[in-house]
Amino acid sequence: MGDPPAGAAGPPLLTDDAAERVREQVEAVYRSDSRRVLATLIRLLGDFDLAEEALHEAFTAAVERWPRDGTPANPRAWLVSAGRFKAIDAMRRRARFDASRAELAERLDTDTGDAAGWDDEGVEDDRLRLIFICCHPALPPDAQVALTLREVCGLTTEAIARAFLTAPPTVAQRIVRAKAKIRDARIPYQVPSRADLPDRLDTVLHVVYLVFNEGYSASSGVALTRPDLSGEAIRLGRLVIELMPDPEAVGLLALMLLHESRRAARTSPAGELVLLGDQDRSLWSREQIAEGSALVERALASRRFGPYTLQAAIAAMHAQAPTAAATDWTQIVALYDVLARADPSPVIELNRAAAVAMRDGPMAGLVLIDAILARGDLADYHLAHSARADLCRRLGRTADARAAYERALGLTRQEPERRFLERRLRELRD
Amino acid sequence: MKYLCLVYDEEANLEAMSGSELDGLVGECLAVDEELRKSGYVMASEALQPVQTATTVRVRNGRLSTTDGPFAETKEQLGGFFLIDARDLNDAIQVAAKIPSARLGSIEVRPVWEIRQQEPRARRC
Repeated sequence: MGDPPAGAAGPPLLTDDAAERVREQVEAVYRSDSRRVLATLIRLLGDFDLAEEALHEAFTAAVERWPRDGTPANPRAWLVSAGRFKAIDAMRRRARFDASRAELAERLDTDTGDAAGWDDEGVEDDRLRLIFICCHPALPPDAQVALTLREVCGLTTEAIARAFLTAPPTVAQRIVRAKAKIRDARIPYQVPSRADLPDRLDTVLHVVYLVFNEGYSASSGVALTRPDLSGEAIRLGRLVIELMPDPEAVGLLALMLLHESRRAARTSPAGELVLLGDQDRSLWSREQIAEGSALVERALASRRFGPYTLQAAIAAMHAQAPTAAATDWTQIVALYDVLARADPSPVIELNRAAAVAMRDGPMAGLVLIDAILARGDLADYHLAHSARADLCRRLGRTADARAAYERALGLTRQEPERRFLERRLRELRD
Repeated sequence: MKYLCLVYDEEANLEAMSGSELDGLVGECLAVDEELRKSGYVMASEALQPVQTATTVRVRNGRLSTTDGPFAETKEQLGGFFLIDARDLNDAIQVAAKIPSARLGSIEVRPVWEIRQQEPRARRC
């Protein structure tokens, strides 16, 4: 369901221009609201596949009827209602062959007949239900991520596969199996009880974090970032906090906002990648920095924070430095030390090495990066090689720098990053 | 003396069967089940859904943990069973967590396949 359904021809009452405008409106509603409509349809119909079919039918009906009848005042409620009727209709048609479907259709018709629960508040609850079911711990972890990106965020199977460096059929199979388990083991469509929430929340936060990362640094493609995906993750993060102000949920939202605040500065008008040290800090969003910094303080004050809050604290150090040179690298390295103990990982070690290079000079950082690579960790991670290349370049080790940039170039799948690395390679030749 | 007869299958073999072969097997199982019930041997019997529907529940340090799949560690042996009727998987997980072995070992929660109430298309018996 990556694309809006194909449009029917404009009816005679409207000029081609007006029909075209309505079609564009339907597409805009699809982009902004299709996931919300889907979440509500899953609740009303009790089945993912049935709901997806109904969603498709509802948008097909919108393309046919909005040009004739005008765009409804509340398009979302219209679509939910249309999808529900289409699904009940389809079930009645199939019921001629299967008595249990007839029963189901009748039950749905009476259960969900009133419009209550289709209001905006109910819709937001549905999105929370959807994220909690997609992140249910009885599902395999890779399926949780795939299902959330597919159902909550509306990514195509191909985009998910690219994001996680797997083949599209593998992702498709994960999603099919996850839906089968939800149905067959009867995983309920509900927000967990307060007692279960802490365990269930960990899984949700991890998935939100992965979604944000894909939006903030798209794993492949022509654009560096996908603002809509990051926006989606931030929105999900806010929703989670509303439900449960857990310090790590607060820390994660802070982290996302502080990264997001730099978006405008991360690419030049020509779409070229701009590194943190070279960014025009006047382009950073003061509003997001203020909100993110306040959230970091709040999470730290709880004293029950974890890795997300620590990463947010590091991002806040960057955000608050008036210039790159004025960054407090000593403090940043200290935060990385705590983070590496709380949540040891080679990527955190790599980031720590880059901070050490800023504090103690490129040689100190290079020693650390080479130690990580010597262990065999991050050998296929393009950022490890581009970080190494940058330190070699600063040390005047041109041949090493060139080899490392080439290695990174061979590993990146992202167009702006590719151009950045090629530019660096050209500069080394000159 | 009561005995629990555990049924093991290779799911891949069952999945490889044609529809009519499978229906034949299910029919045979149901017939044997009925015969054994009539003769007073069988007290309870159920088919289970495939292993992908399994969820493992453990309680460690008072904290409930839920994971996908059956518990694979071989040092744990089957020690008993509870056939429960729960509202949904979350409800079943809460019940499973109350079983003392959830603290010491693990409880595999697997939905029953309502084989007697369905049209012939069951996968195992």
